Amino acid sequence: MIRYLGRRLLNYAALLFVAVSLTWVLAATQLNPRALFQLRQPPIDPEVIENQLLRYNLSENVPLVERYWTWLSGVLRGDWGYSPLGVSVAEEISTRMWVSLRLLLIGTLLGILLGVAFGAWTATRQYRVSDRVVTGISLLIISTPAFVIGHVTQIGATWLNNLTQTRMFEFIGETGEVGDYPLADLVDRAQHLLLPTLVLIVLGAASMSRIQRNLMLDSLGADYVRTARAKGLRESKAVMKHALRTALIPTGTYVAFSVATMFTGATFTERIFNFPGIGQYGVDTITNRDVNGVVAVTAFAGVCVLVGAVLSDIMVAILDPRVRLA
Amino acid sequence: MDITAGLPVTSPVKRLTRRQLIWRRFLRNRMAVVGAFGIAFLFFLAVAGPFVLYWKFDDIDTAAFLTPPNSAHLLGTTRSGRDVLALTVRGLGKSLLIGFLVALISTSLAALVGASAAYLGGWYERSMLWIVDLLLVVPSFFLIAVASRGAPEGDAAWILLVVLLAAFAWPLSARVVRSLTLSIREREYVLAARFMGLSAARIIVRHILPNASSLLIIDATLGVGYAILSETGLSYFGFGVQPPDTSLGTLIGEGARMATTYPWIFTGPAVVLVFLVLCVNAVGDGLRDALDPASASGGTA
Repeated sequence: MIRYLGRRLLNYAALLFVAVSLTWVLAATQLNPRALFQLRQPPIDPEVIENQLLRYNLSENVPLVERYWTWLSGVLRGDWGYSPLGVSVAEEISTRMWVSLRLLLIGTLLGILLGVAFGAWTATRQYRVSDRVVTGISLLIISTPAFVIGHVTQIGATWLNNLTQTRMFEFIGETGEVGDYPLADLVDRAQHLLLPTLVLIVLGAASMSRIQRNLMLDSLGADYVRTARAKGLRESKAVMKHALRTALIPTGTYVAFSVATMFTGATFTERIFNFPGIGQYGVDTITNRDVNGVVAVTAFAGVCVLVGAVLSDIMVAILDPRVRLA
Repeated sequence: MDITAGLPVTSPVKRLTRRQLIWRRFLRNRMAVVGAFGIAFLFFLAVAGPFVLYWKFDDIDTAAFLTPPNSAHLLGTTRSGRDVLALTVRGLGKSLLIGFLVALISTSLAALVGASAAYLGGWYERSMLWIVDLLLVVPSFFLIAVASRGAPEGDAAWILLVVLLAAFAWPLSARVVRSLTLSIREREYVLAARFMGLSAARIIVRHILPNASSLLIIDATLGVGYAILSETGLSYFGFGVQPPDTSLGTLIGEGARMATTYPWIFTGPAVVLVFLVLCVNAVGDGLRDALDPASASGGTA
């Protein structure tokens, strides 16, 4: 078991190394950070530009292999490099990670919880009105891109704010004007979190409820649930203990995976509500031709995916006795 | 005396071919039928729209900047005086084209790679699976954005976008095709074909892929929705389709900046986009219920 796990982790490490290296090559050849300085008015002396690029290992006049080696030896020492304007990439990631976590944790978890509840509930009521309504709404939400939902929420919030002549809903950034009453700081943060969290819950619950409904339908039709009913168990017990528990095993792996990968999954929500998290950083690095930044974001996302894969393996082992005992 | 007189009259049993059965199951799902009509309507709009509409998508009406919807401009105009309806129709065409092309390419790729990996096995299978894992580890959204950033600009730039979207869309489906092929390749008809001396390529194309066709059709349909969402997402940030050309994502991105004060630039394209993806997903669901006999949501045949 240990050897199997060790081999797997080694494979993951190799996978990540190749993925990040290829990303570096792609970013270094495509992003052209020199253009960032060339368009400046008044024009900057080309020699100054060259020196700035050389300092941060971004000049395309240095051979690609040499630049790659400089970058790689830096990464091995824990130095992820700097943006063309000289901001440390590692520092950016380490502060933005917590912004993302503060924004996403509640929304992701509540979304999954609601989705599982709705999915399991509608499966027991297949083809009834409530099932059709919930299934229809979740199909509508899944078909709506996150950026449309985000902006529609903002339009609605502005309309409500104007209607009530208050600033109940805040939707720019993490904090704003703080009043001077007790716990004002906390209230302000909660106000800013409200709308993006709502968007995340709606998106997460919609996709989760579809998955859970299908899983639950499969397990409700299974032989062991028929047996449970046939031997005279109460309906609630047959559904909750026999059908739902088995239907939750794949959900567990899915949850482990989505919690680990949530950091980069909410790019649109972060951007629209202006939370300076990892997802928004990823977009900004590409817009600002920041080679080292975009590679670091990719590496971060890759680690998240692999941690998610390991976590979901562990979840299966915990939840599924067939795997645990085998 | 007629000896059959006392027997109940039995009508001949109507036998359905598989095709008729699937058709009947698809028609039973009303959402899917509506979705199919919706897609047909949007296709018609995208093809015929530019000929019928008075304004062209790159016309500039210098008498109307940022005007709300009126009789001259049914969906209003943008800040530069372009007609939102004409832009939306143009963007719809681009998003449809990209969505269907990407789904076609990525499903074909997934079918070929997945089936050949499972059929041939050995080091080829291992290396293909490794590539699949590699593509799944990286955040495709950022990589496509990076790759399209340094790409040459011009009229053909959207073709590169199609290639990039397809290149990152196939891995998950390839895995599913592979596990399906693992069971198909042990069937008698595949063994018979192999012992008759057919080449591996011919067995895969003629004997394995047709038997995985249900999965491939469902995958391609759902892939259209996925591709459209990816493309509009990239274009929303300004990474996908580049101006002066436009897609629904570009338009929504432009309108979103002023969505709370001048909502019409945002509303038109957003409604069309949601309707389009909704139709595609509804058809995908209907096809899955109709084609997949194991699906519990399909009801009885």
